[in-house]
Amino acid sequence: MIQNPTLKSTMKAWLYILPMMLIIFTFNLYPIVKSFAMSFYTDYNFYDDVVHAYGLGNFATILQDSDFYLAIKNTFVFVLGVVPISIALSLGIALLLNQIKFLSGFFRTVYFLPFVTSTVAISLVWNWLYHRNYGLMNYFLGLFGIEPVLWITDPDYSMLALVIMAVWKGLGFNIILFLVGLNNINETYYKAAKVDGASGIRRFWNITLPLLGPTVFLVSVLGVINSFKVFDEVYALFQAKPGPAKSTLTIVYYLYEKFYTEYQYGIAAAAGVVLFVIIFAVTLIQFAYNRKFVHY
Amino acid sequence: MKQVLETPAGLPPAKRASWLLADAGMADVLKKGLIYTALSIGAITMLIPFYWMVVTSLKTPAEAVAMPPVWMPEVPQFVNYGTALEAAPFGRYFLNSVLVTVVSTIGELFTTILAAFAFAKMKFYGRSLLFTVLIATMMVPGELLIIPNFVTLSNFGLINTYAALIIPYLASVFSVFILHQNFVSVPDELYYAAKVDGCSDFRFLWSVMVPLSKSAIVAITILKVIGSWNSFMWPLIVTNDRMLRTLPVGLQAFTTEAGTKYELLMAASTLVVLPMIILYLFLQKNIIMGISRSGLKG
Repeated sequence: MIQNPTLKSTMKAWLYILPMMLIIFTFNLYPIVKSFAMSFYTDYNFYDDVVHAYGLGNFATILQDSDFYLAIKNTFVFVLGVVPISIALSLGIALLLNQIKFLSGFFRTVYFLPFVTSTVAISLVWNWLYHRNYGLMNYFLGLFGIEPVLWITDPDYSMLALVIMAVWKGLGFNIILFLVGLNNINETYYKAAKVDGASGIRRFWNITLPLLGPTVFLVSVLGVINSFKVFDEVYALFQAKPGPAKSTLTIVYYLYEKFYTEYQYGIAAAAGVVLFVIIFAVTLIQFAYNRKFVHY
Repeated sequence: MKQVLETPAGLPPAKRASWLLADAGMADVLKKGLIYTALSIGAITMLIPFYWMVVTSLKTPAEAVAMPPVWMPEVPQFVNYGTALEAAPFGRYFLNSVLVTVVSTIGELFTTILAAFAFAKMKFYGRSLLFTVLIATMMVPGELLIIPNFVTLSNFGLINTYAALIIPYLASVFSVFILHQNFVSVPDELYYAAKVDGCSDFRFLWSVMVPLSKSAIVAITILKVIGSWNSFMWPLIVTNDRMLRTLPVGLQAFTTEAGTKYELLMAASTLVVLPMIILYLFLQKNIIMGISRSGLKG
């Protein structure tokens, strides 16, 4: 039948992809090139889109800006807080869910619920839960005799507040992926292990975890990529501020401030490029680690 | 060693249940009990913020800030919802969100179905190169693209219009990728048979491919609707006009307007969150299928 492309079939196929390509080219492909270019615009008038000077000035500026280092540090703290905790908790919950039949659908629904909700709306709810005087968090802590914590206004606690909320919000997504992973493990391995008298803990370490390697890898890669881009949560939880004393200023928040409130397009683009490079590098490291330690 | 690993399949369900119970020793019962306890504690933790949001939205101002907290308001104050709707044009925000979500979802489905079909079934020059380039763009954080996209739209004079909220979201590489996977699995023989019978590509696509891939299409649709409804950073940046705000942007602005009236804030938050929760409860199978199949999001 039609094995090789012809001029006619090519024209026709391009007609089919044209609507998608128009949008993707204008708003995805072109801006990728453009934003890399913009990071080198040192004198730029965006009203008439005219560039007066190019250079490395923007990168020099952000690399001398203590706020930018703070943003990088905060973002790494956030990622290193959210991703491991979320993986451990969601794996644990998925393992438990996998052992029950009755109500397991109900539990899955509940755990996934935060994922479908607006980050802004739910961050406001958490802002209320974290309220210093009337918040439920401090009320519960009070039941254990713990002094009220200034979750939103104390720079020592604001990152913790952000991490707790982000873990809560993303848990259900990871649980679903782990349940799929667990489902894919062949039942016969467990039967064989049981016959051989392997304990539950040994079965977990020697069967479940190694065979779940690819899922752990997928969950951690997605978690890292998404956590590096955190913005909505910060903006809404701390009421349009990057936390007390910039304690939750993240890279995307920095980009947003440079771009939207200071009109420093070149600097914002440079920050975005640095973010891209960081995400790319971390993902590559994860892939290298995966190749070395995860066996399929 | 007599360890039975499977329930005898021949038994009727009722007998099978009693067989299981008889087999389960005390240790098993205890283990199950612990599992259910742990999962319930987790579930309560997940639900508390939602419960607190709804309950606070039904409290009087005094009840909202009472300590110890009021778990159930004396008389539910549904009036808070009316007050919140009057305090800010939430009706307008709601319509804006509906418009943006519906139009961008329909548009994206149209562009996605056509493109995924071409990549899956048609032979053309540049196919694999183009597909690879598109997949590679998924690596780039969308936040980086906001700056040039803002410039592009302001060059077209489209800042502060519905077009700015909708047009960039009329296509998605992610959706094309997911649907492409599905279309590829439809056997080629079906395509060739239809061609022999004189069926046009376009008709084949809509009357055979699309119905066969219904569940994947539903999945990408829901993920798109959720993403579009909850989207915040882009609408925040491209709209200054109050009348163009979508719900999340309007809600965020409302926090400065409502100040410390938490019962009103929670009523407004409930209004934003509720539609997606209802959608989720009705279509959760498709959402979960979409996620487990792709293992990716937006």
